[in-house]
Amino acid sequence: MAIDVRISVNGKEHESKVEPRLLLVHYLRDTLGLTGTHIGCETSLCGACTVLLNGKAVKSCTMLAAQADGAEITTIEGLAGTWKPNGANGKDGHGGLHPMQEGFWEKHGLQCGYCTPGMILTAVALLNENPKPSESEIRGALNGNLCRCTGYQNIVEAIQYAAKKMEAKSR
Amino acid sequence: MATVAKYVGRPMKRKEDPRLIQGLAHYVDDIQLANMHYMAVVRSPYAHAKIRSVDVSKAKSAHGVVAVITGDDIRGAIGPVPCAAQIPDMKPAFRTVLATDKVRFVGEPVAVIVANERYAARDAVDLVEVDYEPLTALVDPEKAIAKGSPKLYDNFADNVAYRWELEGGDVAGAFKKADKVIKQRMINQRLIPMAMEPRGVVATFDPGEPKLTIWTSTQIPHLVRTQVGAMLGFSETSIHLITPEVGGGFGSKLNVYAEEALCAHLAMKIGKPVKWIESRRENFQATIHGRDFINYVELAVKRDGTILGARYKIIADLGAYYQLLTPLIPTLTGLMLCGSYKIPAIRIEITGALTNKMATDAYRGAGRPEATYFIERAMDIVAAELNKDPLEIRRKNFPAPKDFPYATPTGLIYDTAAYEKCLDAAAKASGYAKLRKEQAAARKNGKLIGIGVSSYVEICAMGPSSAMPAGGWESGTVRIEPTGKVKVLTGSSPHGQGQETSFAQVAADMLGIAPDDVLVVHGDTSEVPYGIGTFGSRATAVGGTAMYKCLEKLRDKLSKIAAHILEVDPSKVAFGDRKIYSKADPKKSVSFNDLVSAAYVAKTLPPGVEPGLEATTFFEPTNFTFPFGTHICVVEIDRDTGDVKLKKYVAVDDCGNVINPLLVDGQVHGGIVQAIGQVLFEEAVYDAEGQLITGELTDYALPHAADIPRMETSRTVTPTPVNPMGVKGVGEAGTIGATPCVVNAVVDALAPLGITHVDLPIKRERIWGLLRKPAPRAKAKSGRVR
Repeated sequence: MAIDVRISVNGKEHESKVEPRLLLVHYLRDTLGLTGTHIGCETSLCGACTVLLNGKAVKSCTMLAAQADGAEITTIEGLAGTWKPNGANGKDGHGGLHPMQEGFWEKHGLQCGYCTPGMILTAVALLNENPKPSESEIRGALNGNLCRCTGYQNIVEAIQYAAKKMEAKSR
Repeated sequence: MATVAKYVGRPMKRKEDPRLIQGLAHYVDDIQLANMHYMAVVRSPYAHAKIRSVDVSKAKSAHGVVAVITGDDIRGAIGPVPCAAQIPDMKPAFRTVLATDKVRFVGEPVAVIVANERYAARDAVDLVEVDYEPLTALVDPEKAIAKGSPKLYDNFADNVAYRWELEGGDVAGAFKKADKVIKQRMINQRLIPMAMEPRGVVATFDPGEPKLTIWTSTQIPHLVRTQVGAMLGFSETSIHLITPEVGGGFGSKLNVYAEEALCAHLAMKIGKPVKWIESRRENFQATIHGRDFINYVELAVKRDGTILGARYKIIADLGAYYQLLTPLIPTLTGLMLCGSYKIPAIRIEITGALTNKMATDAYRGAGRPEATYFIERAMDIVAAELNKDPLEIRRKNFPAPKDFPYATPTGLIYDTAAYEKCLDAAAKASGYAKLRKEQAAARKNGKLIGIGVSSYVEICAMGPSSAMPAGGWESGTVRIEPTGKVKVLTGSSPHGQGQETSFAQVAADMLGIAPDDVLVVHGDTSEVPYGIGTFGSRATAVGGTAMYKCLEKLRDKLSKIAAHILEVDPSKVAFGDRKIYSKADPKKSVSFNDLVSAAYVAKTLPPGVEPGLEATTFFEPTNFTFPFGTHICVVEIDRDTGDVKLKKYVAVDDCGNVINPLLVDGQVHGGIVQAIGQVLFEEAVYDAEGQLITGELTDYALPHAADIPRMETSRTVTPTPVNPMGVKGVGEAGTIGATPCVVNAVVDALAPLGITHVDLPIKRERIWGLLRKPAPRAKAKSGRVR
């Protein structure tokens, strides 16, 4: 038995027949080949598989592809395309990165990089709701995302960097 | 070190990052090959059981299943899991890749399935019927090594893997002369390394060539190639092993695993590519664990705080079977048990215990966090006992800078250090005197505030081959291509540490070019000469030095060619901004690209100089390096909940010269937080039946961003003479320094209640319980002091 789904991923519509039990993360990685979304725990606890679903951060390892029918998903591969200054003229002088990606690079917010896509998307979701978070709000918002390398300090700084930059751009 | 330090020492952002922040990097599970098949592993649910029978008939006929293999099917076809450690009289607790007659830990592989689809392979796991006869599980290491205990191995006399002793100096005399003897039993609990990326393997076989290609998430690509080749009886010259992006290791991928050989075997058997990706539950059960020591510590001290001698009795829980370095790790602890102190006499007895658990092995720090924990905790007990400040007791026992190189009674030669300078810097950075005043005031108000101190020394840059189980050198190759772009091939295998950037900084300065002109390649056995890998804070100090020596050779050659072109003496040229010029007349120069081109076009070479620009070095260090540091932190304990809140964390580390401070800070941050995890949250718990009850992230707590304070890091710089760059290594420093620091702070906070020691991990329920017990002061004192 297969289920028909229509899922928009990074601005592109996909019509697929999926097994009812197919996890969203496997749909993204194996069916669509978008391997930037990682799998770290299969239990919603590590956050490596975080994607944006209709603008909210969700764990794609504990959601079925079928549940995403009709949704708009952004993965790390499509994040830069959602940043308006990029969209206007293609690039904004930083290799077409989203300010959050830029922040992680500038502030050394990653080491092995495995948690990074999930961290970045969680942080983007935070700023969507709270554009000027305090440090403790940032740390609290990362409660569903684990990093084993950085000790979180530079991740916090990366998010602060992005918040400032996005505020400046949106003015 | 280089002629122009334009990049070295600067906080450059990483060359690695663009691919990682855009989802363009490739970890093992991202490797996609046509007609990929998937392996799934049937694992033992019992800690200790006889296997009566394995019935795979249902699994074999299941949808999508291509093959099912049991231990009996591959008897003799795949060699045992290798162990590089050799300790005299060590019992041979080696493991076959699939169990045959007996299982000895929960998660031990019993059979493997291959199917043409990921989910089908997993479904078939449940169809394999194994008939087990459960046996008594041995979980407590002290009970396991006691006389009359049931045995893990029928053919062994007992469950003692080995006994290892080391004595230096007059130990009996030291204890006879002592005014006091401090005694404390300490636990350093079992941990799960928990790299964010679980292990994974992809293997594909081309029978025509023949060629076996393996992608695996490892810290030691060449060693895995050699060992998997040996396990399969297949020539390593026909194995191409690739380590793509690795999502963290922390020692857990410094190993050779059964699944690597099984996956390769299956790819050869079915003639199709086979992928195995470890689930997190499998990762918890069957990737190596760390630590798990019990230590009976005794220090002989004079009334003025001078340490005269130390005695340690360690029971190390090794688990059921050896992995690559399992038996070796406790001995590394033994060597480091003097810490950063002049302890003239020491006796160490280690008993390796076999139990029905996963093997312990190298986990970030591997032996040194344990040693540092024991000695730093003991130093604080001495300070409390003698009513002295923890800083004072440390200062009193430090060797002075003039004492270096300093020989320990455990047989090590510490290279260089300025311990007191570093401690003073930490005291200043933390405002230590003020913190103590604030603590005294807060205590009057009934607050539980604790200040923790730890002064560590670690053994890094592993290491001279004479002291290593399998070669302590590292390889490096530098090739300047005809276009002037530089390729560095390193035997180190970075997986987050950032050497693609820091090595490029060094190469750029040495050649007068930009880091963007340098590409650092690692983790591909067909491209990189044989190397050892990344562990033991060795990549920069050993692998970086191999590269450095290649760069020296190439500079020498380029100087000769330039001198010939410029008609000056080779000793009279210098490397500048993309050019080589005459020191006497800087206007006389040849551009870097023209010079490189000349080496390849080969028409203007001086006599006796070969064309081409490539150099290879196998660098063998003469000693380890010994980084050190002092960490100071402040905690506050909530009397109602037992919650420990970290209020302040100050780390002053000395890792010698620094190539990229951004990366060094990152390593220290991450290390400290892993240590905080060990102190406050993490514990691998097996129940009485040997079931791993912390078998998922649901039950094994890791530090989150909100648990961690902002860390203040700084450095003193004491270069090492062991390598020409003067770098010591920093990958494990944070973990080593921070564990005792935080525990000492917690014990200090509880000191007004008469508490003198709390065992790891200090979970809030443990503190909550202590806060509700009557004060143990009188009893504890009489029990500890002779």
